[in-house]
Amino acid sequence: MFDSIRALFQRLSPAVDFCSLRLLDESSEQITVRQNVLQPLSTSVDRGAMVTVIHQGGYGYAATSDLSESGLRQAIKQAQAWAEASAGRAVTDYSRIALPRATGRYQSPNLSQPAQLSRKEIIDLLQAESATCHLDGRIVDWEASLWTIASDQLYLTADGGEVLQQFRYVMPNLAVTANAGADTQTRSFGGRGVCLQGDLSIFTHGGLLGSGQRLAEEALELLAAPNCPTGTMDLLLMPSQMMLQIHESIGHPLELDRILGDERNFAGTSFVSLDMFGHYQYGSELLNVSFDPTRPEQFASYQWDDDGSPAEKQFVIRNGLLERPLGGAISQARAGIEGVAASRASSWNRPPLDRMANLNIEPGSSALHDMIKSVERGVLMETNTSWSIDDSRNKFQFGCEYGRLIENGELKGVVKNPNYRGISATFWRNLKDVGDASTLEVMGTPFCGKAEPSQVIRVGHASPACLFEQVDVFGAEI
Amino acid sequence: MKTYFYALADALQHQLKNDEQFTCWLAAEDSDFVRFNRGAIRQPGHVHQIYLSLKLINGLRHANSSTTLSGHLQTDHTALDKILADLRSQLPDLPEDPHLLISTGVNSTEHIVASRLPATDVIVNDILALANAYDFVGILAAGALYRGFANSYGQRNWHETSNFNLDWSLYQTRDKAVKTAYAGFDWDSTAFREKFHAATAQLENLKREPVTIKPGAYRAYLTPTALGEIISMLNWDGFSEKSLRTKQSSLRRMRDEGLELSAKLNLSENTAQGLAPGFQSEGFIKPERITLLDHGRLVNSMIAPRTAKEYDLTTNGSETLASLDIAAGELPLSQILAELGTGIYISNLWYLNFSDRANCRVTGMTRFATFWVENGVIKAPLNVMRFDDSLFRILGENLLALTNERELLIDNDSYGERSTHSARLPGALVKDFTFVL
Repeated sequence: MFDSIRALFQRLSPAVDFCSLRLLDESSEQITVRQNVLQPLSTSVDRGAMVTVIHQGGYGYAATSDLSESGLRQAIKQAQAWAEASAGRAVTDYSRIALPRATGRYQSPNLSQPAQLSRKEIIDLLQAESATCHLDGRIVDWEASLWTIASDQLYLTADGGEVLQQFRYVMPNLAVTANAGADTQTRSFGGRGVCLQGDLSIFTHGGLLGSGQRLAEEALELLAAPNCPTGTMDLLLMPSQMMLQIHESIGHPLELDRILGDERNFAGTSFVSLDMFGHYQYGSELLNVSFDPTRPEQFASYQWDDDGSPAEKQFVIRNGLLERPLGGAISQARAGIEGVAASRASSWNRPPLDRMANLNIEPGSSALHDMIKSVERGVLMETNTSWSIDDSRNKFQFGCEYGRLIENGELKGVVKNPNYRGISATFWRNLKDVGDASTLEVMGTPFCGKAEPSQVIRVGHASPACLFEQVDVFGAEI
Repeated sequence: MKTYFYALADALQHQLKNDEQFTCWLAAEDSDFVRFNRGAIRQPGHVHQIYLSLKLINGLRHANSSTTLSGHLQTDHTALDKILADLRSQLPDLPEDPHLLISTGVNSTEHIVASRLPATDVIVNDILALANAYDFVGILAAGALYRGFANSYGQRNWHETSNFNLDWSLYQTRDKAVKTAYAGFDWDSTAFREKFHAATAQLENLKREPVTIKPGAYRAYLTPTALGEIISMLNWDGFSEKSLRTKQSSLRRMRDEGLELSAKLNLSENTAQGLAPGFQSEGFIKPERITLLDHGRLVNSMIAPRTAKEYDLTTNGSETLASLDIAAGELPLSQILAELGTGIYISNLWYLNFSDRANCRVTGMTRFATFWVENGVIKAPLNVMRFDDSLFRILGENLLALTNERELLIDNDSYGERSTHSARLPGALVKDFTFVL
């Protein structure tokens, strides 16, 4: 199919300032076993193309699932019509933005290896794991699943650019829910945050198999635990919560299109403004944040973004100092500031815009036990379960599945319903210790929502354990 | 599109073998999306998409696959034949499904609203003529939506509409804005102009110096839009029968302990007066109305076919609401500020999530135009505040009144496809609405 589309595009490309075609061929399969019963097996094929035209300063796109010659011809015509209609009435002169002419190829790790497991073998493994979860009648629901996606994307430009990127995503999950009276507690395998690129070894050797009984025991343990205490204290966040903390209060506020105002009607604006880059102290000197699309196994690694810009690792915050935003070629040109290759679309039917990709906190030098030892009174929290933040990405409140008290340098009992709240602009300055590489975990989510029309996209977050001081912590009402 | 879909379904029928059955669901659209920022066009474009989901059933074994289609009958026949063969090959490896429930009664329906929309660039011209003098940001979505169902028992259902949804904000300063929506089936330049001018008039209130209040409990008025954000939390598995049975619903205490909300609250899934199709993806016809809260008491739940089979119940189509309806109250719109007295007028809420699901406790932010009101007079815009409170209180003993007029809110979500959901809601006056940050 890619060959025929390439030939068609070369033949049909109009005489305009810029024209590109992004073709996506994505197949996925979700296998879920709930309470030991296989749920409806779901496979899908999602195939379509988006044509983008820039002409005389205007910009237009058209996407279609009709990949015939007439379908592509119509899409080109519509994209050109929108480019002409927006010329002179657009937010910028798009014709003055030089978009790259990229060529090359990228593949997820181990892509060429044959499938290691048949569908039936996967079902059997999920069934076996599910069967370990129902420890007693207090376990009221449990579910084990595997979601795999094969996504091939061809990006062509009329001036001869051609990039083929082939991604393989693997997302194992398991969740167990326990109940007693009104109290319901859920433990999950990484909070649905184990999302990686690669082969099925992520499923077979990534920790999900064998975790069912432990998660069920922890859910029961939470039922019997006291509520998280209320007060201002130290907070030790493990990677399964740090991924959310990075995502919401560093990632989104640094998106350049938010800073430019594009998202103000929906996803929101940012407390960060253009004049802050280069000198704003975002966090303590221990805070080092990188945009890193080069880590092969991470969920949002790639070699070119969806505007064809080459992707490389860049620090966005170094030693606590804000250096650069998350913005692709078009936003960089509009803002007059350097960014990163972060122009991404969720699928063939949505246009690219500024997204996070992989946004990571670099490991520090402290061992976990030394971090715990340094705490007089605090709580360790892991696995996100609740998230809320204002439209400027400042005032946040997050909740976790699982907490442990820390008293006088020692881990103590489990606490349930742990929550905390704060303000991004001050929270990161209270970062007082960063875990070493042994505490780092590579995680991600397929569900980052943004944009008009709406898009959900895959992002990755790798983080060590991090210790914060002076945080408002609290529990539930019962 | 309807003829094309039915022809595909007829062709599938002829490909079945022995005891096989099929169901299929089509979701297609031809949409223009025009995005605006600062009174200019940011990203304009068009999306043509056809998705079809096919389920092959043999006894209690079944497998599903969804695919994009081209819209060309011959090409798509060939693609579906291949998918059917693939599904057939999967079935022997699958166990029997004890929770499979299929609709075998034939209930064919048809709902077609022919397009009355002008070309989208005509609408864009109207918008830019007013917007380019303001800090205008938002999205116009316009065009045809199609939903279809077919099965091997001969049932055929078709839903086709063509509408527009302009969702926009006028910004005064950094995070102070008036957010407005104009949606429908007929674009009326005069009606749009009136809405636009009403929004510009509200901007005047945002020019005053904003105030910050201390955390605490305040009397508040929630517009229908703000109430919609609160109620949407109840639609996050709250009314789901499966979630109620597995003790994960935020409303489980209403079922298990008999806890009640305010008697002023009557909430239903009102398919008859909503915009969503009257059939669901497995072919079950939705009841015209399902009363869920009757004077504050939980009297029904939302039951998907699988849940119905699992717990030996009757399905009413889905675990979530698509056409939410709250009955009007008695508070006249003209009395809102007077009845609020001193408190907070909340136009919009944002980013809600549960902070304690057992107690239906929710946190979220104020957004856009929220005002501090004294003695029935708007005094100043309010800087954003975080609330954290139980809906059992907000919609229970603290619910003072609902307005006697309601608004139809058309969902503008477009994750993967344009939503067909809607809500018809009054505004709500509450006491002791708790802010924490």
